[in-house]
Amino acid sequence: MSEFFSSPAMQNFIAILQDAIAILKSETAMGIWETLYSTVLSTLFAYIIGLPLGVLLVTGEKGGVRPLPKCLMSALNFVVNILRSVPFLILMIVVLPLSRFILGTSIGTKALIIPLVIAAFPFIARMVESSLRETDKGVIEAAQSMGASPFLIVWKVMLPEAKPSLISGATIALTTIMGYGAMAGIIGGGGLGKIAINYGYYRFKAIVMWAAVILLVILVQIFQSVGTRLAVKSDKRIT
Amino acid sequence: MSSQKPIVELAGVGKTFRGPEGEIVALDGIDISIKKGDIFGVIGMSGAGKSTLVRCINLLERPTQGKVFFDGQELTAMTAPKLRQARRSISMIFQQFNLLMQKTCLKNVCFPMEIAGVKPSEAKKRAMELLNIVGLPDKANAYPAQLSGGQKQRVAIARALASDPQVLLCDEATSALDPTTTRSILALIKDINRRLGITAVIITHEMAVIEEICTHVAILDEGKAVEIGMVEEIFSNPKTEAARKLVFPDGLPVSHLKSERVVRIVFNGGTSYEPLIASLAIDCGVKVNILGADTKNVGGKAFGNMLIGLPNDPNEAQKALNYLKSKKDITAEEVTDYNE
Ligand SMILES: Nc1ncnc2c1ncn2[C@@H]1O[C@H](COP(=O)(O)OP(=O)(O)O)[C@@H](O)[C@H]1O
Ligand SMILES: [Mg+2]
Repeated sequence: MSEFFSSPAMQNFIAILQDAIAILKSETAMGIWETLYSTVLSTLFAYIIGLPLGVLLVTGEKGGVRPLPKCLMSALNFVVNILRSVPFLILMIVVLPLSRFILGTSIGTKALIIPLVIAAFPFIARMVESSLRETDKGVIEAAQSMGASPFLIVWKVMLPEAKPSLISGATIALTTIMGYGAMAGIIGGGGLGKIAINYGYYRFKAIVMWAAVILLVILVQIFQSVGTRLAVKSDKRIT
Repeated sequence: MSSQKPIVELAGVGKTFRGPEGEIVALDGIDISIKKGDIFGVIGMSGAGKSTLVRCINLLERPTQGKVFFDGQELTAMTAPKLRQARRSISMIFQQFNLLMQKTCLKNVCFPMEIAGVKPSEAKKRAMELLNIVGLPDKANAYPAQLSGGQKQRVAIARALASDPQVLLCDEATSALDPTTTRSILALIKDINRRLGITAVIITHEMAVIEEICTHVAILDEGKAVEIGMVEEIFSNPKTEAARKLVFPDGLPVSHLKSERVVRIVFNGGTSYEPLIASLAIDCGVKVNILGADTKNVGGKAFGNMLIGLPNDPNEAQKALNYLKSKKDITAEEVTDYNE
């Protein structure tokens, strides 16, 4: 037994393991915190832009509750489509100078928020759009017949009626943004992504990398199951 | 009950939809005047333009021609905020109920008051009263998904009453319901009309609905109002083909017995046909042949049409004809082209 543990191969493995544990001990807490913080903040900011935009995409079209000029609608759709079609990695590199301009830095967790928001808001706008399109036309019509203004129809009818679908969408947004954030480890973003890439890819510390990946997976699972549960619970159409 | 003042007036209203397949004329030159307190029915085949017509009353659909007046004010000339204000006095209920599915019944009934800026506590109190009126006080905290169709429509009616409307528009409000529930919803609408003096506009494709509660009716055919008047007048003597099709959907049943001379009798709400045939036999000693009949009971009175064959003996035939013509409650006229 002791022979087995004292064999050179085993000695080597134990050293690697100890090294990995030491790294994880000193980095994991910070990594999780940075990941959560960048994900939640980015999602929040992306919704601040994406939610109203998604609403406009529905209400502003011909036959919507508050039609907008056709050229404006085409412009909005164009911007959303363009941003949606640029791969995130490229968007990130292109946008980093903007981070430097706004935040004074182009590396680290904070700098990451800007490209994440820019990548996520068009995608969120589309998800909000599709959630709101599910609202029954008849219910909107009923509200119109009661003399509700377009604002009230959005605020009191469309958004509340689409709540379960919006919650599902937000869950998808949150987990997707977390995935994007991990990718940003490549260009100096923080969080679990940085740990995985720095140690696993650049320094061949596979254990550290896999540990970071597993932590990411666990975080995604938690968000997803909480989100799904909230969506189901909030839906009063199910009896 | 009904005063002379029109509450809803459509003047030369037309609506043309421009679609990919060209233009669809949904409404054409509609002139309708609905007086306060009336229960005004609009009946027509599917696609006749009924929904478009009722949606033109509150301008959910903007007419491409003509003017719409509500309580003397021209809706078609109003600014958007003014129109929204006016719409609070014109409530609407729908075939699919259109309740807010994520809100409780109480919240649904509160909704129009919420829009109008009524204090929440007051709105809640009023909503409870309304749920009482429609017979659902115990469903305040239920969600629409937990209710039957009839119950949903009751909640929708309570919601429609929440803004103290002057007019209630009902677009096929009972078409998704079974006959018994239909009757109870119609009774509720009639009750609301009587007790609260709310004018009702009932859109339907079902004759029975009109018979049950309407005072006036307009028959819509391919976007035109082909007949407008009191229900009894229109039904007892339908003048147009469209009206006849609605009143007698199966056509007049015709017997194959041959008679030389045929008389059409129209019942105007007096006697019904059984005593008439009996008295013909008793008073004149003439037996006639019923070739076909389609009579209806509208509000306890008989309306409809009957074809009878006169006896082949010329004297008897004349006697029967004179007798029928002398009757006040019916009109009798000889049909000359029956045997052709
Ligand atoms: N939004 C619309 N766009 C195009 N055509 C329409 C629209 N709404 C109704 N129509 C057409 O107008 C006609 C009347 O429709 P509608 O008023 O719904 O009839 P009804 O309610 O009597 O069945 C139909 O031919 C229908 O296809
Ligand atoms: Mg219809």
